[in-house]
Amino acid sequence: MNIDVSSIPTTIDMFHLILVILSLISLSLLVMKRKSAANQTNETTDTIQPVIPQEPIQEKEPPKPAQLKEASPDAALQLLTLLQQDARFIDFIKEDLSSYSDADIGAAARVVHEGSKKTLDTYFSLESVRNEDEETRISLPEGFNASEVRLTGNVVGEAPFNGTLIHKGWKVTDIKLPKIAAGHNTAIVAPAEVEL
Amino acid sequence: MSASMDANESNNTNMDVTKVETSTRYSIGIDLGTTHCVLSYLDLTAAAENPTEKVEVSVLSIPQLSQPGLIEEKKQLPSFIYRAHESELSKDDIALPWNEDPKVIAGSIARGLGSKTPIRLVSSAKSWLCHSGIDRHADILPAGSPEEVSKISPLTATVEYLDHLRNAWDHQFPDAPLTEQEVTITIPASFDPAARELTAEAASHLSFDHLTLLEEPQAAVYNWIKSCGDNWREQVTVGDIILVVDVGGGTTDLSLVAVTEDEGNLTLNRIAVGDHILLGGDNMDLALAYRVKAKLAQEGKELQPWQIQAIVHACRDAKEQLLLDNDINEVAISIPSRGSKLLGNTLRTELTRSEVQESLVEGFFPKVSVNEHPVAARRSALSQKGLPYAQDPAVSRHLAAFLSRQADAASDLLEGATADDFIKPSAILFNGGVLKAPALANRMLSIINQWLSDADVKEARLLTDSDLDLGVAIGASYYGYVKQGQGVRIRGGLASTYYVGIESSMPAIPGMEPPLEALCIAPFGMEEGTEAQASNTEFGLIVGEPVHFRFFGSNVRRHDEAGIQLDHWQDNELEELPELQATLPAEGRKVGEIVPVHLVAKVTEVGTLKLEAIAIGSTDDSGEPERWHIELDVRS
Repeated sequence: MNIDVSSIPTTIDMFHLILVILSLISLSLLVMKRKSAANQTNETTDTIQPVIPQEPIQEKEPPKPAQLKEASPDAALQLLTLLQQDARFIDFIKEDLSSYSDADIGAAARVVHEGSKKTLDTYFSLESVRNEDEETRISLPEGFNASEVRLTGNVVGEAPFNGTLIHKGWKVTDIKLPKIAAGHNTAIVAPAEVEL
Repeated sequence: MSASMDANESNNTNMDVTKVETSTRYSIGIDLGTTHCVLSYLDLTAAAENPTEKVEVSVLSIPQLSQPGLIEEKKQLPSFIYRAHESELSKDDIALPWNEDPKVIAGSIARGLGSKTPIRLVSSAKSWLCHSGIDRHADILPAGSPEEVSKISPLTATVEYLDHLRNAWDHQFPDAPLTEQEVTITIPASFDPAARELTAEAASHLSFDHLTLLEEPQAAVYNWIKSCGDNWREQVTVGDIILVVDVGGGTTDLSLVAVTEDEGNLTLNRIAVGDHILLGGDNMDLALAYRVKAKLAQEGKELQPWQIQAIVHACRDAKEQLLLDNDINEVAISIPSRGSKLLGNTLRTELTRSEVQESLVEGFFPKVSVNEHPVAARRSALSQKGLPYAQDPAVSRHLAAFLSRQADAASDLLEGATADDFIKPSAILFNGGVLKAPALANRMLSIINQWLSDADVKEARLLTDSDLDLGVAIGASYYGYVKQGQGVRIRGGLASTYYVGIESSMPAIPGMEPPLEALCIAPFGMEEGTEAQASNTEFGLIVGEPVHFRFFGSNVRRHDEAGIQLDHWQDNELEELPELQATLPAEGRKVGEIVPVHLVAKVTEVGTLKLEAIAIGSTDDSGEPERWHIELDVRS
């Protein structure tokens, strides 16, 4: 089996793998953000009452505490379940890679990559934030969306900003996660399996 | 059976009496497939309000469990039922949006669970439903499982799929219950009268108000017409013969449609249907999986049964890439371990383009001449327990046999279409998931065109269809719209001529069966809502005792009228179907008395064949001749 796998595809696999993990992390961040944004509107209506009676204070205004939302654990657990189911994600991450050859890791990485891709394609519609090629110069007009585009490096001056597009970014345009039955225990992301 | 049949009958009568159109807002098409079910719908009210606009057909997203506790919406409902052990799943894990405690686990989750516990998986219920060698009302599925697993009948399984679709629909459209809509259920063109009757019986459990059965290849043609709009008239001309090749997950279904002219309008006529061939995409996935298994065995790696399952899945995905027109030459197949240790235990191999080419393109679509027909003779349907899978995997040989057999199918309708060694289609319509793969579709087309050019005939052109997976369901709901008087309707009627066997009276000769004659009771092309009577022959029914008739069908003898008695016919012209049974209740008569009757055949509005015995010379209380139902599906 070791002879079968040449080293070149293996390195490509590692690259893919890292990409997958990176995109998963950014994805889960995105999901949490979305959830929190959704929760925020609800909570402001609930909590707006106590803020109004506050008299304007002449002295130095104390900073208002930011409204923080709990990311819904169910959604995160569900995503873990789906990734474990299709991509063996937890199995893979929980392994100690140090004692295995790149060929072994490569074979397993294919399982993780194929499964993760399937999961992403099924439940999320992803597109890049910027459509220009990476490593090309782009210009950001005044009032650009700061949550979509992050400025780095020599951040000085006024818009329009001219710079090099390093990463084209990803945004989820549609999300279609399965619904969860009310009594379902989402904490079991992979049940133990016993063959009779 | 007779009780449920009577209920069915009275439904049909009710339907005619209470045809209230007010609540019928949608035309629904249901593709009740061997491996997947799809439901499509067309808003008849909206279509009537905007007659100039192109009609819109949508496909219902069907909520279903994808795994315990997770509910997903998918366009297809896998036709599987899982008969879970009572300690296997908790109530919360199988709740559905419309039922927190369902009794049946169907759809994606059933297929998933069943891949690990096959003894509890009900699959291919449709193939069992048309398997005449078994009692289709008997609880036999999952086939061959231990006694402890609670079983259901092929009929019940069909009812459950319909019920899931009904619930999904009613959940989404609470104001327009499915049973009140115009519902069209598709069936293979090759379904025999008993299988059609069983499908209608399954539907009658849900009491649809307006139900019609439609042959799948016809539905594919309707889908094509719908996607062309008014353009379809420019794509075909009078004299065209359209060949519909439908290769789905489990079956291959063939039909021929001739284009004629009637008072200046183009008319479509379904002139022939093929035999029931249990051969489809699933066979292809298995073929690849066994190939990969053999390859691993050569490397000294023996596979466990669960690994074969995993390979079948992996091959299905790999196949799709390798059959596309691209430059991928191999796809890796990885089979992960079952335990949590992934590294070091993952088997890896690859599937190459040439292997797929060899196994699928050459294996299932070999280049053969039109004279090469399936090798093995059809096995007798009555002598086997399993499903009667096609023994020859070559779709092209089955197609060659069909075209040869139907050589003169069009000679009645089209001038100049002379009987030849095979019928020559001028246009081809593909349907079914398998033919989505360009490599397979191109091969199929090139084989047919080779036959045509060998016979010095112009090559056939491909009619482009939209969605090969959802097409049948979409075509079915479009048919419900066409039925309201919009657009062209395909003329069909019975696709076979039906006969009952009569033993001729002659002195007994040892070692020789008395010769059999066949009395035609229902002619080819008999249309919905019509009746035929073989009034020249009398049969004697014995009161209080079941009387059996041998029953035959022919899809090549298309000129026999009802009442004609054949004393000889060519081999393979007539095919024996499961026998018929008539039982006269003893009411008002002496048990053992013999009542003379005529046989009457009727094609119902639903699209099923009904046979009745009419008493000669005796009437019931209202002065009408007495009628008794003859059962097509005899329970053993």
